[in-house]
Order: sequence, then structure tokens, then C-alpha cells
Amino acid sequence: MGVFISQAINGISLGSILLLAALGLSLTFGQMGVINNAHGEFMMIGAYTAYMVQTYLVKGAGASFLLSLLIGFVVAGLLGLLLEATLLARMRGRPLDTLLVTFGVALILQQVARDVFGSQPKDVKAPSWLSGPLHLGSYTIPWTRIFMFALAMFCLLVVHLVLKLTPLGRQVRATVQNRDLAEASGVSTRRADHMTFFLGSGLAGVAGVAVTLFGSIDFNLGTKYIVDAFLVVVAGGVARLAGAVIAAFGLGLMQAFVEFPTSASTAKVVVLLAVVLVLVIRPQGLMVLRTRSLA
Amino acid sequence: MKKNTRVIAMVGAGLTAVSLLAGCGGSKVDDTTSASATSATTDAATETETETEAAAGGETTVEGPTEAATTSDGTTCVDTSGDTIKIGFVNSLSGTMAISEQTVNDSLHLAAEEINAAGGVLGKQLEIVEEDGASDPVIFAEKAAKLIDSDCVAAVFGGWTSASRKAMLPVFEEKNSLLFYPVQYEGLESSANIFYTGATTNQQILPGMEYLKNELGVTKLYLIGSDYVFPQTANKEIKAYSEANGIEIVGEEYAPLGHTDFSTIVSKLKASDAQAVFNTLNGDSNVAFFKEYKNAGLTAEDMPVISVSIAEEEVGGIGIDNIVGQLTAWNYYQTIDTPDNQTFVAAFKAKYGEDRVTSDPMEAAYVSLYLWKLMAEKAGSFAVADIQAAADGVTFAAPEGSVTVVGSNHHITKTAYIGKVREDGLIEAVWTSDGPIDPDPYLEGYDWAAGLAEGVQ
Repeated sequence: MGVFISQAINGISLGSILLLAALGLSLTFGQMGVINNAHGEFMMIGAYTAYMVQTYLVKGAGASFLLSLLIGFVVAGLLGLLLEATLLARMRGRPLDTLLVTFGVALILQQVARDVFGSQPKDVKAPSWLSGPLHLGSYTIPWTRIFMFALAMFCLLVVHLVLKLTPLGRQVRATVQNRDLAEASGVSTRRADHMTFFLGSGLAGVAGVAVTLFGSIDFNLGTKYIVDAFLVVVAGGVARLAGAVIAAFGLGLMQAFVEFPTSASTAKVVVLLAVVLVLVIRPQGLMVLRTRSLA
Repeated sequence: MKKNTRVIAMVGAGLTAVSLLAGCGGSKVDDTTSASATSATTDAATETETETEAAAGGETTVEGPTEAATTSDGTTCVDTSGDTIKIGFVNSLSGTMAISEQTVNDSLHLAAEEINAAGGVLGKQLEIVEEDGASDPVIFAEKAAKLIDSDCVAAVFGGWTSASRKAMLPVFEEKNSLLFYPVQYEGLESSANIFYTGATTNQQILPGMEYLKNELGVTKLYLIGSDYVFPQTANKEIKAYSEANGIEIVGEEYAPLGHTDFSTIVSKLKASDAQAVFNTLNGDSNVAFFKEYKNAGLTAEDMPVISVSIAEEEVGGIGIDNIVGQLTAWNYYQTIDTPDNQTFVAAFKAKYGEDRVTSDPMEAAYVSLYLWKLMAEKAGSFAVADIQAAADGVTFAAPEGSVTVVGSNHHITKTAYIGKVREDGLIEAVWTSDGPIDPDPYLEGYDWAAGLAEGVQ
């Protein structure tokens, strides 16, 4: 029972990291159909932003971390916007081209990061209020993981509200459901694309700042998360946030529960097999967007 | 639209996986010890050797000056008539290993500068020919052949990953030249044409185990490593040692290279009743592991972790807060308090900047050039055969302490230091072996290790 609960906690915490990494992707990939291979590099940019903020702007780990979340969002979001406006907008409806172009952009960003910051990882100090664990009876939960869960939930809520309640969200949803009809109805699909990409890339930046609590801050950071992020989005169903949530926590829990009796490598294999199985049975992913579109 | 999305989804998943594999390839090599490249070694070595020979053979016929190059009959093109003597440095100055190998290159240049300032070797000034191994074992082999045949250098210094060493080994043996290799490695090798100035297993891993057993009284040990050959090899030796010494291995976990989530492994660690952890993780996994370790509330006081691939340069990336008080096993630290080391550190900082640190492989590289100088002076000659004959017993007062070349296996005696990470990010020795330890690359002097060598080769 003890193992069960502690692994459930580990799984949920891993799930919230996956969710945060995949949330931005589910917007750009799911809503816009752009296969953004540079999504991981936007996370890396977020992580390096946290490093820069802590080194040059605010020394205190606590304040600088919170500030970094904000600045990381804006910096990564603006870079995403730039990428969208200059390159991706020219290849709308050509997903394979966006795949190659963003892969190239990812490589460029990695090399730039290596040239600027070097290959040795950088250190971002975690806020003191996140150090150590919370003791709950015989269980201990690191505060960093509780924070990560809260942050993932917060971002999920914001994205959900933006999509559901704001005019922008309505336009984005309309564009996803039927681009031509949306355009015919006076929706600026170009503007909707810009905003979607800004939001999606910005979320990658936030995820990047957040993962500095757990891992190494180096030029390689993005490549470590991008596959998992795509897995979550694809398994969850590309156009639905709920699918991403279910997939993220499902995969996180599966990794944790399989890893405990076996090993980390075995658990990875099982998780990948599970994703393959989901796609064989439900090629559209767990959740499907129902539209009346004929396309 | 729906159909579109599905295609996108499938293609996206597939291609991301491919791009990821490409990315992983990079991260795998981007480690800091020779150990890290070991996984590639086994598969790559055989392949590379044949390629190397082909490349080397090709060059002999193409290039003019190689007519007189070193051949199997012992003639050599090394020019000893002038007042300079050429030596070669081959380090990765580009590619993923550059960050580590540049430091070794720096300390080699420092040593050469010092030797020249003091009058050179046998009255000749050193003339350095530098080649970039470009983080690629095949290029290492080609550059080594070029240095020997076309530049006619008297000796070559460099290499880092075991893959690069294994690729160069047949070149040096075939052309009968000398390589000085400066990085700790997994042992089980000994070539007449290579001098190994880094530690072999019994000079680094075994002292680590002895410290845990004798000084900390550890009877229950947990093993954590990256999932590839070196950690598994090292852990085989550790397990054999433990069995013979009454230490119980209560857990053994391997994480894939680049693993980012250590929550489950740390949970298992906490659930075990281990008293200490032997860490053979490599590269950035160390960062994720130590962050999780600290966040889970574990401390160096409760459950110390001893690591064999974290040196002064890596501490910063892990975060001093996350690793302070933890243990390392090496043969040199910047903080070693001897006049020889203070001179070395001061000279290094004067040449390269106050913020630079010195680490074990850098010191071993620095030592390698001095050892070659002393061998040549003892032999009174730069000829390979003379140096090989003179090598045994050559002693140098190195920054790590006195080192002596052992002629029978071409390794050197090294003092083992168990270190503790300090608040300032440097590592301080808390235990020192009783003088330099004789190298035993095949662990022949240990009863419990019988059969290990065959098992891992």
C-alpha cells in the first residue's frame, strides 16, 4: 500500500511535467497542425531565461524563479511568434515541410545555445521555499513536485479559459474546426495563428523554467522532453486538451508503476508500447474532436 | 480535417522519434570521463580498427614524406638533428567532447611552455603540432597517423574517450610510435605503445569501496549508474568486491542516458535500508539525480553518495547546493595542499584565468608530458624503443603527489583521494591512500576479481 501511494504520487508528478511540456504543443500541433520540432528548444530557451534572470537580474532564488516564469513565457512566446510569422506562415497546410523546417530551427537553436552558454550545464538555484519535502504521515512529497502539479493545473486552467471564454479562443476554435468557413465569416485566421503560436511557445517557455527544478540546464534540454511531449499529444488526440491531460497522467502513472518493480529502461519500453497500442486501436488518439467539416 | 490531423499525428510521432535519436547521439558522447564513451567502444572498436588501418595504409602511399616514416623495421622519420623536437597533441577541439578535451589541451600547452622555458628536452625546444580529433574516433585515428607519418612527431599526447583510444591503439602499434593517454578509464588494456597516465580501476573505484567499508563502515550499499557498459562493468567489480568483503548490495538501478526523472529511483533508494550510494551515472543525469535526491530530503549525512565521474568542472552545473558534502573518488583535486600542486594551479590560472579550475584529467595530461620528458632524458634518446626501455621506474613529483611509471603495463602509480564537495564548489580530499597505488589494469592482484576480466572483455 505504501509503495502504491508513493508511486501514485511520483506518477502524478511526472504526469504534470509531461502535461506542462505538452500543453503548448497541443495548441500548436493540435490546433494549428504545425509539427513544431523546435518546441523542446523553446523549453530550453525558457530554462536559459531562468538562468539569465537569476544571474543578471534578480539574485534571490525565490523572486527570480517566479519572475522567470513570466519572462520565460514572454521570451519563448515572442520567439515562437517570430518563427510563425517569418517561416511557418509561408507553409500553411504543409505539415511535412513544417516538420523539416522546425527541425532545422531546433538544431540552430541548440548550436547557438552551446556557443553562447557552453556545453557544461548551468545551475539555477531552486527557491528555498521549494526545498525539501512535505511530510504527510509516512510519505514524503518534494515541494518542487507539488509546485509542478499546481503550475501545470494553473496553466491548463488558463489555456482552457482562454479557449472557452475569450474572443480569441473562439476564433482559434473556429479556425481549427473549419479554416475556410472561419475566414469567410470574418475571422482573421492569420491573427488566430499568431496568437496560438505565441501562447503555445510561451507555455513551452514556462515548462522550461519549471523543469530547471528537476534537471540539467543545457543545450540538450529540449531533446529530452520533445518525444514525450509529442507522445502525450498524439496519444491524447491532437485537438483536445482533455486528451492531453488524460494521456499525460496516464503515461506518467504507467512509467512510475512499471519502473518500481522493473527498471527505468523497461518502463520506457512499456510506455512506448502502450502508446503504439492506443494508436492502433484509436488512430485519432483517446479523444476525438467532432466537427461537421467534410475535409 | 480529421484525416489531415491523423496523418500529421502519425508522421509527427515517427519523425520526432527519429530527430530525437539524432539528439540522443549527441548527448551520449557529451560526457566527461573516458567511462562515458565505453558503450560505443565495444561495437565501434572492431569497426574502427579496420577502417583505421585502411586509412593509415592509404596515407603511406599518398604522402611524400611518409616514405621515410616509421615502419615495422624500426626506422623513423623523426628529425632529431635540429635544435627542436616535434611532438603532437590530438584533442577534440570541436564537437561534443570539445568542452572536456579543451581543458586537457590547455594543460598540455602549459606543460610544454614550462618545459621549453626550462630549456626543453635533451636541449631541444618542443615544437607542437596540434590536430583536432573532432570528437570522432575515426578522425582521432587518422590524425594520429598523420602526426606520426607526415609530421614525424616523437610522441603524441591526447585522446579522451575510450573509443578514441581504442581507435588510435592499432595506429600506434602498427607504426610503432607513442601515445600518452591522460584520462581515467575502465582498465583491462595494456599496450607497449601507450602510456596511461590516468587511473585504472584499482586506483579509483576500489579505493572508493575501501573508503566506504573501512572509514564509513558501510555494510549495505546501493548502486546507481547509467544504462550502458562502463557502469555495468564497474558494478560487476563492485559487486565482486562487496561479496568478498561482507557488503550487501541492497539495490542496483540503471537509468537511460539523458534520463530526467529520478523520482522512482530515489523512492526505491529511500525504501531500501542502504547506508551509502555508489554513483556511476554519467553526464547530465547526475544533475537530475542530485536535485531529486536533495528535494526528497536525503542528505550527505544520512546517506552519502560517492561518484566517480564528477570533477571540479561538473559541480557548478549540478548546483553546489545540491551536491555539497557528497563524496568523489579521483586521483587529484585542485585543493591538494602540496607546493607542487600550488605551483601547477597558480601557473594554470595565470595562463588561462582566475575563474578556471583544475581537474583530474587535466593534471594527468600535464603529468604525461613531463613523464615523456623524463623518459627521454633517462634514455638519452627520442627513439621509441629507447623510451620504452627506459620507462620503468621514471618518477615525477606530480601535483597529485609522486608518480612512477610501471614498465610492465605502462600505467603509472597514483595516489587515490576520496574527496568531499565543499561549499565553494571545489573538492577537498578527506582520505588519502597510503602512498601511490600500483596500477593493476587486469585486477590480477585481487582474488575476488578472478574471472572478471574474461567476463567483461
